[in-house]
Amino acid sequence: MAAREAGQFPAGQRYTVDFLKRICKEGNSGDGVHSEQHSANGWNKDARKRDNRFVTVLEEKHKLATRWFHWINFPILSAMIFSGLLIYWAYDPYRIGVGSVTLFHFFPDWFYKITGIGEMLSLGMGLHFLFAWIFAINGFAYVIYTLVSGEWRELLPERKSFGEAIQVAMHDMGLKVPLPPQGRYNAAQRLSYSGIVVMGGLSLLTGLAIYKPAQLHWLTALAGGYEWARWEHFWLTMGYLGFFVIHIAQVVRAGWPNFRSMVCGYDLAEVAEPSELAQAEANHGD
Amino acid sequence: MATEEKSKSALTPEQEIARRTRRSFMVLGAGAVAAAGGWTLLNSGDDAGVPPSLRKVLRFNESVVRSTLYSNDHLARTYPASAVGDLKENGDFGLDDDVENEDWRLHVTAFGATSPATALTMADIRSLPRYDQTIDFKCVEGWSVVTQFAGARLSDFTAKFAPGSEKAECVGMKTPNAEYYVGLDMPSALHPQTLLAYEMNGAPLTDEHGAPLRLVIPVKYGIKNIKRIGSIEYTDTRPKDYWAERGYDWYAGL
Repeated sequence: MAAREAGQFPAGQRYTVDFLKRICKEGNSGDGVHSEQHSANGWNKDARKRDNRFVTVLEEKHKLATRWFHWINFPILSAMIFSGLLIYWAYDPYRIGVGSVTLFHFFPDWFYKITGIGEMLSLGMGLHFLFAWIFAINGFAYVIYTLVSGEWRELLPERKSFGEAIQVAMHDMGLKVPLPPQGRYNAAQRLSYSGIVVMGGLSLLTGLAIYKPAQLHWLTALAGGYEWARWEHFWLTMGYLGFFVIHIAQVVRAGWPNFRSMVCGYDLAEVAEPSELAQAEANHGD
Repeated sequence: MATEEKSKSALTPEQEIARRTRRSFMVLGAGAVAAAGGWTLLNSGDDAGVPPSLRKVLRFNESVVRSTLYSNDHLARTYPASAVGDLKENGDFGLDDDVENEDWRLHVTAFGATSPATALTMADIRSLPRYDQTIDFKCVEGWSVVTQFAGARLSDFTAKFAPGSEKAECVGMKTPNAEYYVGLDMPSALHPQTLLAYEMNGAPLTDEHGAPLRLVIPVKYGIKNIKRIGSIEYTDTRPKDYWAERGYDWYAGL
């Protein structure tokens, strides 16, 4: 990097944590703050404590487009799941169990009683076939945006992500497992945020396979037939609910600044002032 | 960007993020209110059992499907005889009158005619080529049962007993007592798998399954597969449809 001499860091210039991480590689021990979003865990917290020449700056966490896609998708997917339940009620054969032993039936009577779901099949179909359009359009727009903006680089799992995701999961469950170094998203996030998009695509495809099994007979066949397509469609939805539970738990754990950044796009970050930077550079001499 | 920098420099980062937080949570709140309002609006009103806005969506989806996906070359999957299951007797609307099969007549109103010109017997139907098909009968509720049916193609029937009626937009069918009725778009009615069936699973139709003659239309949900047809009419306007009057999609195509 050409900006090695101190003169390259004019006074008053601010640097993001990402930038600092690139040039000051100490403290990669994995004890960093870990959050649902991401944190500066490549940056040495001890160094920050030793030296108070740090300034607080605004750091952009989520682009406006990403936030809109996210917050549009949330109510739309909720409407899809709700109307899907109105449809599923009319024929609800799925369960967890083996043979004649049923551990859980989707859904028990109390569920329908509490939610008031029942005898609204036609309304469910009307709603489902409206929100499916918005869900699909928002999803396609998000994928295209991610590809065009280059954000896919931070979202797609890498080869190492599969192993690292297990470490992240164990760490998050309270086991003394060090966190691997991460970029914007950790390995578990890369896997789940990419996986959920793939699931969205599969929901669309299996949904179409159920919607027009005669006109799209090849698609229905690809899903394994009409009944399998409905089964897959159902379990994908259960997958969203599972994602939702973990996602909310992680958001709660990560705290207010992380949640706020998904709404307003920014978080506060502490970065070194130029003199500190030059010092760090000189110590490393790389 | 330059103005952004300027406004930022006037505020501390803490003030700046507080300002941004206020602003974006207000947008989020306004969005939530708008969504709740939209949801209420969407679910208000009634057009034959479903909110009018959703009725419009069903009609829009129908036009998309008919102009892009639908083809009479697209056949519903057929199955071997070994796959046949036990079809439920799911609906008995229009079947409560006792109609002796020998007294039964099919009243046909050709396109453009004002009253039925012909009253056909089962012998007339049986004079048409017989087709045998084992298809997956799909209920709008979500279940399906592989069932074998045999009968005459509605397209052959139309050509012989109502020639020229293929030009009509729609076909309407009613039970003899007119208690159950369906409307069909003409392409689906002329689909090669659309049968006027008199046999099911290798035996004559039972009363509960619509003896002596029922419609089998695999490109539609079961609700369109009317049992015990009493009359057929070819029209330019959409014939009334029992379940479309009760909130379901008039097209109900698969």
